[in-house]
Amino acid sequence: MKKVLNTVMATMVAGAFLLPTAALAETIKVGAILAVTGGASFLGAPEARTLEMLAEEINAKGGVKGNKIELIIKDSGGSPEKAISFAKQLIEEDKVFAIIGPSTTGETMKIKQIAEDGKTILLSCAAAEVIVNPVAKYVFKTPQKDSDAVKWIFEAMKEKKISKIAVLTGNDGFGSAGKAQLEAAAPEAGMQILASEVYDKGATDLSAVVAKLMANKEIQAVVNWSIVPAQGILAKNMRQAGWDVPLFQSHGFGNIKYVDASGAAAEGIIFPAGRLLAPELLAANNPQKAPLMKYKADYEAKFKEPVSTFGGHAYDAFKILCMAIESAGTDREKARTAIENIKGFAGTGGVFNFSATDHNGLAHDAFAMWTVKGGKFVPYGK
Amino acid sequence: MTPELFVQYIFAGLTYGIIYAIVAIGFNIIYNTTGIINFAQGEFVMLGGMLAVSLSKLFPLPLAIVLAVLITMAVGALIEMVFIRWLDRPSVLRMIIITIGISILSREAALHIWGESVRSLPYFVGNEVSAVAILGARVSPQVLWVMGVCTVMVVALSLFFRHTLTGQKMQACSANRRAATLCGINARNMVTLSFMLSAGIGALAGCVMSPITYTSYDVGPDLAIKGFTVAIMGGLGNSMAAVAAGLLLGLIEAFSISVLPLAFKDAIAIGILLLILFVRPHGLFGKKEAAGLKEF
Repeated sequence: MKKVLNTVMATMVAGAFLLPTAALAETIKVGAILAVTGGASFLGAPEARTLEMLAEEINAKGGVKGNKIELIIKDSGGSPEKAISFAKQLIEEDKVFAIIGPSTTGETMKIKQIAEDGKTILLSCAAAEVIVNPVAKYVFKTPQKDSDAVKWIFEAMKEKKISKIAVLTGNDGFGSAGKAQLEAAAPEAGMQILASEVYDKGATDLSAVVAKLMANKEIQAVVNWSIVPAQGILAKNMRQAGWDVPLFQSHGFGNIKYVDASGAAAEGIIFPAGRLLAPELLAANNPQKAPLMKYKADYEAKFKEPVSTFGGHAYDAFKILCMAIESAGTDREKARTAIENIKGFAGTGGVFNFSATDHNGLAHDAFAMWTVKGGKFVPYGK
Repeated sequence: MTPELFVQYIFAGLTYGIIYAIVAIGFNIIYNTTGIINFAQGEFVMLGGMLAVSLSKLFPLPLAIVLAVLITMAVGALIEMVFIRWLDRPSVLRMIIITIGISILSREAALHIWGESVRSLPYFVGNEVSAVAILGARVSPQVLWVMGVCTVMVVALSLFFRHTLTGQKMQACSANRRAATLCGINARNMVTLSFMLSAGIGALAGCVMSPITYTSYDVGPDLAIKGFTVAIMGGLGNSMAAVAAGLLLGLIEAFSISVLPLAFKDAIAIGILLLILFVRPHGLFGKKEAAGLKEF
């Protein structure tokens, strides 16, 4: 018995010595700070699921250039304070190669400097333009810019001959960045913001503020900018009050669960989002068609829930990181430069063309306008 | 302000207000029998709503709600038996820490069972866009359901405490626990009953409000803070005062929106709480002498 044990031990020891020489490749640690729970969970949860799915897929194929990816997902619950401590932990203790996330703008802005100081690539899944403007060396983001979303919304309004609007925003980073963009772009677009209200991100009823705005008969449309369930509550309260002006939402509305939650009241909501919501409608020669169809099919088969634009942002971040490692290897500095050189990558958010001055890589046409019809997202027709 | 707008604000305020009042009554029932604040009160509301949403896929809506309320009551009883009952003369601080622990525990459990999504029951009558015209204002039928159900609950509770033997026994325990025990009342059972009662009313409120406000695993703490504010405002332990204070706070919040930006709504609520704690620490409707006798 002892002999057997000794032999086993001997082989194990030998094996342990052999391993490093046998496999030159290493494990690449990738951190992710996502709002898996809490008010922004419609963003973070599909993002986390997407990353798990992609990491599993790539590791099953032998990893990136033979390097396995080890995902370390941290649930920030959407709280900037938690995001800060997770970012420090991931950079200082886990010494991760890169961080994907956070899900929200508020969190990203708080850890931007930490990533810069730690010389760690940060691929944010949050939308506001302030994340990459001004450019920070190590910080990238995959969702489309909020300034572009504002342009799309104002263009759609002009077509409807709307010029007097009310603006409602959530009191989080995404909401306040959106509010600033709307206010900045309004004069040039000929829009007049007659009322602007900010609500708590945990708001459960907005009927009183709807009554207040509704009393102003000059308001022709409402723009709401948030990523919380209040998006649906506002729709319900407006329609219940019999206020039938058009309701525009931000690109934070791109999860069908928001529509499910507001039921009949969601009908007719107009918002900008990427093309992931209905890739089957894309022309066959569109470079986005094949990857989007595959991601949608894979995600929906694995998690039994409809795909959302938010999961797509994590998809893009992960793919971009893999492409960088593929071309530059496991050196962090080289990988960072490699991201800036990525051109023509067709992801879920659009076709990315990064450069040293553009860490988002998406153009104005990455968006399309959508509306809700029969409880589904459909392209907004002219 | 037009009369229609005025009525619209009143309804918005009464809807918030009555929900705050129900949570506050839940606090009061347990406070009266045990002398503690049960910080897991908001979680009872959450549990009721979440259970009803899940059960409504298996049973018709009324049955699902009844079952959800009964299950939450059982959970309330279980919590009391496991965490509170065996404690011999626990300190107030210890009990508070325990209830905060229970609150976190039930939130995490709900997160694992139901996930992070918001859910809601279907509207009892009509759908998300239907409304009834009352005095020129348009009100969702569900708002009337919330008000109706909560009013019935308040009336039923006050009848229960005044006119049934069990209710009187519970009141006796709250007046003087030792004397009640000497009279042959099983005070421990009354405490269990009080947890069941407050779990039950919380759960029912959670069911009727869920179509309007949605419910998710983390709605508890916010409700608890508002309910606690109202309970303090009215005077701890006094359920009728809680109703008055709840409606008052709801109306103040709604009308504050008409003059101030929406963002100040919660600041006003907390400001009022602080003011009351400074000026009338025994509550708007409480008696100073009675408050002086309480341990907490």
